[in-house]
Amino acid sequence: MDTDQRDALQARVREAMDSHTPLRIAGSGSKAFLGQPVRGEPLDVTGHRGIVSFEPTELVVTARAGTPLTELEATLAEANLCLPFEPPRFGPDATLGGTVATGLAGPRRPWSGSVRDHVLGATLLTGKGDILHFGGEVMKNVAGYDVARLMCGAFGTLGVLLDISLKVLPRPAARETRVLEMPAGEALETLQRLAREPLPLTGAVHVDGRLHLRFEGSEAGVAAGARHAGGDILDDDEAFWFAIREQMHPFFAGNMTLWRLSLPPATPLAAMDEPMLIDWGGAQRWLRSEREAQAIRAEAEATGGHATAFRHAPEGEIFHPLPPAALQLHLRLKEVFDPFGLLNYGRLYPDL
Amino acid sequence: MSESLHERNRRALARALRRILPEDAVLTEKEDLRPFECDGLSAYRALPLIAVLPETVEQVQAILELCHVNEVPVVARGAGTGLSGGALPHREGVLLSMARFNRILEIDPANRTATVQPGVTNLAVSEAAAPHGLFYAPDPSSQIACTIGGNVAENSGGVHCLKYGLTVHNVLGIEMLTMEGQRLRLGGKTLDAPGFDLLAAMHGSEGLLGIITEVTLRLLPKPPAVQVLLAAFDSVATAGDAVGRILGAGIVPAGLEMMDNPSLRAAEDFVHAGYPVDAAAILLCELDGCEAEIAELTEQVSGILAEAGATEVRVARNEAEKARFWAGRKAAFPAVGRLAPDYYCMDGTIPRKRLAEVLERIAELSEKYGLPVANVFHAGDGNLHPLILYDANQPGELKKAEEFGGEILELCVAVGGTITGEHGVGREKIDQMCVQFDSDELRYFHALKQAFDPAGLLNPGKAIPTLHRCAEFGAMHVHHGQLPHPELERF
Repeated sequence: MDTDQRDALQARVREAMDSHTPLRIAGSGSKAFLGQPVRGEPLDVTGHRGIVSFEPTELVVTARAGTPLTELEATLAEANLCLPFEPPRFGPDATLGGTVATGLAGPRRPWSGSVRDHVLGATLLTGKGDILHFGGEVMKNVAGYDVARLMCGAFGTLGVLLDISLKVLPRPAARETRVLEMPAGEALETLQRLAREPLPLTGAVHVDGRLHLRFEGSEAGVAAGARHAGGDILDDDEAFWFAIREQMHPFFAGNMTLWRLSLPPATPLAAMDEPMLIDWGGAQRWLRSEREAQAIRAEAEATGGHATAFRHAPEGEIFHPLPPAALQLHLRLKEVFDPFGLLNYGRLYPDL
Repeated sequence: MSESLHERNRRALARALRRILPEDAVLTEKEDLRPFECDGLSAYRALPLIAVLPETVEQVQAILELCHVNEVPVVARGAGTGLSGGALPHREGVLLSMARFNRILEIDPANRTATVQPGVTNLAVSEAAAPHGLFYAPDPSSQIACTIGGNVAENSGGVHCLKYGLTVHNVLGIEMLTMEGQRLRLGGKTLDAPGFDLLAAMHGSEGLLGIITEVTLRLLPKPPAVQVLLAAFDSVATAGDAVGRILGAGIVPAGLEMMDNPSLRAAEDFVHAGYPVDAAAILLCELDGCEAEIAELTEQVSGILAEAGATEVRVARNEAEKARFWAGRKAAFPAVGRLAPDYYCMDGTIPRKRLAEVLERIAELSEKYGLPVANVFHAGDGNLHPLILYDANQPGELKKAEEFGGEILELCVAVGGTITGEHGVGREKIDQMCVQFDSDELRYFHALKQAFDPAGLLNPGKAIPTLHRCAEFGAMHVHHGQLPHPELERF
């Protein structure tokens, strides 16, 4: 089952160069809903799979991009390790490559760090058909520009990810979730207060008038943290956090546009009374709204944040528009890694 | 005799710069330029054509525009504590000191951020955050002097980065200027930003991509309890194995440091930390968290260390003892510095499991070159600092030390590591970049630089070698009978 298909993928990209055929990088398709649809022949990367090296005591794993997340996480779990950024799968066959390319992280993100924070190295296939290796399998590495991290969240527009090295961490020994009944405004104030205290907090979600606080770490640390927070113990908490991570909580049902707001965590609630789920201790907020995209983006921008039309997006751009100077730099970087515009052209922004 | 071209250039450029800067912000006299001639790696020295000390972003923008139009190289400098010659001036260029950008603009306790100018020192951030119970995690050993702008440029680490990450993990946003004078804001107080992760790309870019004018840092709550353990071992291999066992048990200490016998002896002689001087190696392990957690972890780690074969395990009994345990490690570089007129600090990273064989090979090299070496090791993250002892006044010794250092770095690459963990490539390790990367990769690095700085004026000649330089270097370093970069002409 594990196969190294880098040569075949490289040949395919070179062919595409010769025939000027744009390519759509295809993993399992679990996150295909996010971003503009890409026109192009599919470049199937799911066959390029398998764990290349794994050293539990080095806290590093290297795997091919087509490796299913479930397989990777199961291997890590056997060694009592995990991907600290708690990636959403959004589908049964989600791959590592798609996880890194989209840069999406779960509820633990504010405390554990993002996907890119755990990427140590990557091998990539550029739009010029070159296979390059950046970074490595060591925790500290400042030789050359950090191209491996630049690939995170680039949605495949700068190259096809082949192999990825990640820093992994021990699974927390203990976990407890507490629930406190309170309105959203009060929850944000509570979160601000808690965030300034040294607690082993690894999840903070407010939905349906309840604040959910997850504590993970050593037995003693979790017990102390949970006691300090108060509230009631949530019994089947694994199911709750799974539903938040996978957007299977009832809040995410229905066809109204789902906006993802990335905001400074202490940003006060907007005046509008619209359905909202607060995640990441306030730093990520999910909004159901049918207001004009422009109005929502302007609101987010006014607080120093940005907005993504995550699901059921209206016409127009999905991701927050870039200022002209930043856009120019993006276009120049596209020119470096994919000058013929072959890879996932337009998925992130037009002309990119 | 006619004035040299160099002097004419200097005078013309100084005149233009004085139109956009106050008189005291433009330095042209040799004695004024002298303080900028090197950074922390004093083996490399050069005087810049001119040094400028702007205090506003608009001034920096004007300087860059002027230099861009006139094709004058610009080398940015923070505190000059770098250890790889990254801030070494360009003889025909402007040295841009960011020292006057020294204000903390905002501590935002609600969002747990600090927004600072790039010339603010690392330690000053934690000091300003302390009244709110917060701190800034990365703590490079030069933290009393080094600046945040330099930390971003080098992606600095520190003894606590095993648990808290490097600079790149603790910066939320920057404001920067491109060489063309474009003002960019990357990130902010949010946890992510739209588009490519340019913020990550700026980290460790060594002043080649842009000039950082403002930085927003993530602050963390200060852990209420800290404990420090010291364990002695009769071999470095056993000590290395103990590190793997601690991490394998699911414990991520705040700090995990190793010193070999020469370095721990030197430290003991210097600061009298009470280190066991006949140990082959010692490990220092710092744990942090809440009181109850620390008690649990301390017991667990003590047990692991004893099981791993430590000849002695000490748990600090009070604050003074914790400080004493650390004092030796923190003074390791100057302590080793007392053993010889000069020392040369290397900075490779290796997979931890290869530690014993790497140290053995370094000992063999030490014999081959006839230069003693002491090793200090950020054991948790595999970052090795061999300190090569030499005497610069002995003809040929510096060159020998550099060759020895070069071989150590190539050894790090050979075992799957890297030539620099936290000090940067700068001018120093530029040849070893040819060992770590092939021509294609270097070509993309140059292209990436060009996307940010098309004219190639920011810190030219540093960090990324030209392919020709590699070809010449390769001629002297033939690996496994294969010439690196075979497609290039040889000179």
